[in-house]
Amino acid sequence: MLVVQLKTEDELRLKIADNKVFIIECLGCQDVYFPNKEVDEYIRSLEKQVIARVRLDYLCNRDYASAYIKAYDKQIQKAQIVLVISCGVGMQVISSLLDHKIVYTCCDTLYLNGFQGLSAQPFDCYQCGECYLNYTGGVCPLTNCPKELINGPCGGARDGKCEVNPDADCAWAVIYERLYKLNKLDIVKKILKPRDHSRIISQSLSRERIKR
Amino acid sequence: MSFSEKLREKNFIVTAEVGPPKGVNINRILDEAELLKGKVDAFNVTDLQSSVMRLGSLAVSHLLQERGMEAIFQMTCRDRNRLSLQSDLLNAYVLGIRNVLALTGDHPSLGDHPNAKSVFDLDSVSLLQVASNLMDGRDMNGNELDGKPDFCLGAVVNPGADPYELQLLKMQKKIDCGAKFIQTQAIFDLEKFGEFMNQAQRFGVPILGGIIILKSAGMAKFMNENIAGISVPEKYIERMIQIAREDRPKVAVEIANELVEGMKTLCQGVHIMALGWERYVPDLLEASALI
Repeated sequence: MLVVQLKTEDELRLKIADNKVFIIECLGCQDVYFPNKEVDEYIRSLEKQVIARVRLDYLCNRDYASAYIKAYDKQIQKAQIVLVISCGVGMQVISSLLDHKIVYTCCDTLYLNGFQGLSAQPFDCYQCGECYLNYTGGVCPLTNCPKELINGPCGGARDGKCEVNPDADCAWAVIYERLYKLNKLDIVKKILKPRDHSRIISQSLSRERIKR
Repeated sequence: MSFSEKLREKNFIVTAEVGPPKGVNINRILDEAELLKGKVDAFNVTDLQSSVMRLGSLAVSHLLQERGMEAIFQMTCRDRNRLSLQSDLLNAYVLGIRNVLALTGDHPSLGDHPNAKSVFDLDSVSLLQVASNLMDGRDMNGNELDGKPDFCLGAVVNPGADPYELQLLKMQKKIDCGAKFIQTQAIFDLEKFGEFMNQAQRFGVPILGGIIILKSAGMAKFMNENIAGISVPEKYIERMIQIAREDRPKVAVEIANELVEGMKTLCQGVHIMALGWERYVPDLLEASALI
């Protein structure tokens, strides 16, 4: 089951402004609780800003997504921003493939139960319900940082590796590299509010919460 | 004069670290603190440092206050959620504690209970914001308090950590959320610290440079290999190797004094972490003409 919610228009407008966008939409798991109607309305509202809107199955399949992106290379180049409409995993796949490009997600992933592992990925999504990927260069600070730090690094990393797990890259070192490359470090200057844990849909609550 | 008044009025501030014991025998640390009573401006009390379970920071901060020593209550986000953090800030205030140092905290996996659940509900930035809200008479959800606390809030920075730019950026966030003073990770390279201070001075908040009293060459090597942002230069390691064991404290104080002297022109104070060698801190303060 996948439950994804469109971010508020205000939040998206702040990020997108009047830039040209290339939209990548995932058709993979969206048969359940995917806000198709809202997404269509939202994309219509962007009107002339949209260079193209493409849809593909399972963005989380990185090889497939990579081939797809190559095929659309010219149009992607014309856009200042790539917008992704998918779960958090799909967003991380695209932002890792387009690390020279500003990639934003339009969605908050609330529930992804049963889909992880469908195709093995180095990306994970905690289904936090308030996706941070637009503030961290498409690198998830929750799944990649053992302290789940959203306002910057702890200061414990050595040579870019995590203090807790030296085999792994420090999430914030990766975030820094990616935003530095994009000349977008001002994105991480924003002070992010503490997480809203009530956004998390737990197993036991899921059915009722999702219906609402 | 209170610590917060001293931050505004004194040219050079000195704080010292107190590490609570693993157990309830508190005489040793209280005696060590007494040695420095009246000689330092405040005592930082660590909060389960390195994620090792021990006596807490709140209780020891209170004991110091009772004995006329001003405490800086170190508070990490590792073990408490937002309810507990806010409540402990209120607890601290009614126990007479006026200074709070907000930290994210080490990860439990690095300590002696690696199987513990880590909390990190808030981070150091949001903890400062929450403490500032309490001082304005509201909890973090905007509910009104019956009597509001007043704190002098502090934060930490690791000038040696990568990426350097993010350390400065996070420091800015901490200051924006109410930090009135900054204490740093231990500094051994004054030149690099000087470069950091060139960048950090513009924030306009007093910065206290971290001093670790180097006990041996082995300790230096261990820190160089294991602690992020600490790089003890070869020249200090050589000096520690060349001297006889019984002379180590003397040389350790000399090295620390050189660092303190260097910091006098770079920042607004020092934070001394003696790590068991508290008995040599008065010698250091005397050598540095700070008492």
